[in-house]
This record gives sequence, C-alpha cells and structure tokens, in this order.
Amino acid sequence: MFNALRKGFGLTFKTMFRPTVTIRYPERKREPAPRFHGRHLLNRHPDGLEKCVGCELCAWACPADAIYVQGADNTPEARYSPGERYGIDYQINYLRCILCGLCIEACPTRALTMTQEYELSSDSREDLIYTKERLLAPLPAGATPLPHTDAAVAARGLEYYENNFAGQTTLAHLQDTYAGRAGRVEESGDPVAVAVDGGGTEPPVAGVDPVIGNAPERRPEGE
Amino acid sequence: MGLETHLPEGILLTTVERAVGWSRAGSLWPATFGLACCAIEMMATGGAHYDLSRFGMEVFRASPRQADLMIVAGRLSQKMAPVLRNIYDQMADPKWVISMGVCASSGGMFNNYALVQGVDHIVPVDMYVPGCPPRPEMLLDGIIKLHEKIRREQFVERPRKGESMADFRRRTGWADDDTISIETPALTQLQTKEQVVGS
Repeated sequence: MFNALRKGFGLTFKTMFRPTVTIRYPERKREPAPRFHGRHLLNRHPDGLEKCVGCELCAWACPADAIYVQGADNTPEARYSPGERYGIDYQINYLRCILCGLCIEACPTRALTMTQEYELSSDSREDLIYTKERLLAPLPAGATPLPHTDAAVAARGLEYYENNFAGQTTLAHLQDTYAGRAGRVEESGDPVAVAVDGGGTEPPVAGVDPVIGNAPERRPEGE
Repeated sequence: MGLETHLPEGILLTTVERAVGWSRAGSLWPATFGLACCAIEMMATGGAHYDLSRFGMEVFRASPRQADLMIVAGRLSQKMAPVLRNIYDQMADPKWVISMGVCASSGGMFNNYALVQGVDHIVPVDMYVPGCPPRPEMLLDGIIKLHEKIRREQFVERPRKGESMADFRRRTGWADDDTISIETPALTQLQTKEQVVGS
C-alpha cells in the first residue's frame, strides 16, 4: 500500500515541474493554421472596386444555405465592380454557416475569401447575420469611395481580368482578339452567342449554346 | 430575486447587484449536455490546453440540480427536445444557456424534419457560438462574453446607461401609467363633419 501511495504522489510531484501546456486564451492566442477557415471577407481590387460580380455561385455552392446574394447591373455612371454586375446585397448567416469553404472554391473572381478571425459569439441572432458592410474589406489606401464612373475606371488602365470587362476600353495587347471577335459578330449574325462566348478561338456554331453545349434544355425552375 | 421587492427602493440595486454578478460569473458550473460532435470540442475546452477551471468552471455537473449553465453542444433532434427542456427545468435559478455550434443555434446545414431548427425554440438562449464545430477558443470566447453579460445583469430591469426610456420600453415591453396607447381609427371609419351632422 505504501508503495502505491509513493508512486501516485510521486507522479503528482513530478508533474509540478513539467512545463505548463495551458494557453492562457484571452490574453494569449494560439495562431490558427495558415489555411484556417474563419469568417469571410469580401475583397476589393487595388483601386477600390469590389471583386464580387453578384453571380451567386457562392450561394449555390453553400450546403447550409447561409449566403444570400442580390445582384444588380453596373451602369456607366455608377460602377461598383469591373464585371457586368455587382452584389448590391450580400449576407452571410453565421448561425448557418459551417465554415466549410465551398463558397471560396466556387467564387470565380476570388472575391470571397476567409480570414483567421473566429471570435464571432453574440447573444442576438440579428447580429450574427453579417451584412455587406461588415463583410467588405476596407477601402485600400488612396482609393476613392464607390461608385466610380466608367470614364474614371478606364482612365486607370488596370487589367482586372484576362478578358475584357463591360464598359472598359480594350487593352492594347488584347486589341487583336477583340478585333477578331467583332468581325465574327457580323459573319454569324448572332451577337448574343458571341457575347457569352468565353473567349475561345472557334466561332460559335449556330443553334448550339456556347455555354451549355448540346444540352437539350434547362431544367425547369424549382427542381 | 424577490428580496428587492420588499425593501425600500434603491438599496439593493447597485453595489450588491455588482457583487452578486461578480460571484455568479466567477463560478458558473456547466451541466454536461453533449449531443454530438461539438461535445468533443467542449471536452477539449475543459482539458489541459484550454482549461476551463481558470474561469471557475471545471466541474461539469452530471446533475442539473447543481448546474448554472447548460452548454447545448450539438444538433438537437425532435426526440431529444423534451429531454433538453426537462433538464433545463430541473436546473435551479438563475440559469443560463449557451447554444454551441451552428446546429444548436439554427439547425445549421441540417435543415430537415428530424432536427429542431435552433434550441431557442425549446429554451431561452443567452449566447450563440457559431462554428462547425467551434474550436475551443470560440467556445471560450462565448463563455467570456457570457460572463461579461452576467456581471452586468440586473435584479430589476431598468434603463441602461445612455438608454432612452423609449428604447427601454421597446427592449423590455415595460409599461406604466405614463404609457398611453392611442387607438387610431381606420381610415375607412373616419367621417367628415357633414356626414356626422347629416346622420
């Protein structure tokens, strides 16, 4: 019996001299992993334009239905994003969001990314539905608040995407591509098909949607 | 609770309140209520690396009679809902509830017939902790925010610092003799003077 006591208390005594493993959380924080999935951030281009083009792919990818996006058209006088459209309303419900990152993978413009921030607790449900104002990255240094005019954006001469964007004058080194495409509009007589063409080299085949190929028809709404 | 109603106004309502709040927040004993994977993170929070005992919360009570705080960790099925409510009712006042994880808070990604879409359908929730599951720091953050809330808790509801009476009434639903409710007649019921005289 005495031997067992000596052994047990001996271990306790030894542990007193071991290094402490406790992280004193509120004062000292452990660095999350580099690819940790924290709360979201809606990014901006260096000139302050939003990267989000309001395509709603994130909302479609979301397994928990936590994202709500409302798109709106950019106009030449009021431009919020380099794309045709921008997200006029953007909400993420953190009571639904499981921080899985599928929205990040779905985003075609890298507008939506995740931060390392995880302290989200709140005692009100309304507070946990983050609106666009809270999700949007702050305006970069030197940028003027949105909206911008098309003339001002074109004057900057920045290249946002590989292809053109609505309202910008064509870039010098892509001039030939655009010239060729403009010619094709006249040949095929189908400007709509060319407008949705992703920039491929083949001319669009008449009667075939360039996006969905030979798919017979779209599925009806609500399915 | 109850004592302040028998004493003259303003005696027990400031200093004692703060002392009681401090002591309540200092030893908040949680009830063991793990329902799913969030419970693993809850156990990790009690472990050596995060160590809930730093906040006086190391004793996870197996009996609801000795617990002050229920951490609902995980998705709540319809079948479990009456049990949850039963345990909540067995806890002695004052008691608080943390809804840990998105499943407990709103049903999360499981929007289906089997799960309760948020435990606030069953019990009043004091703190929502999002995450799937929340890492221990997220739960600790929720607990610290709840401590702050308990410390500021009042025996009797009264306007907070800087809060207008209108806001206070809206928050608490409180009414007194000064509150006059004016019933506005519907537009269709309004009659002109001529109509009234004529009839």
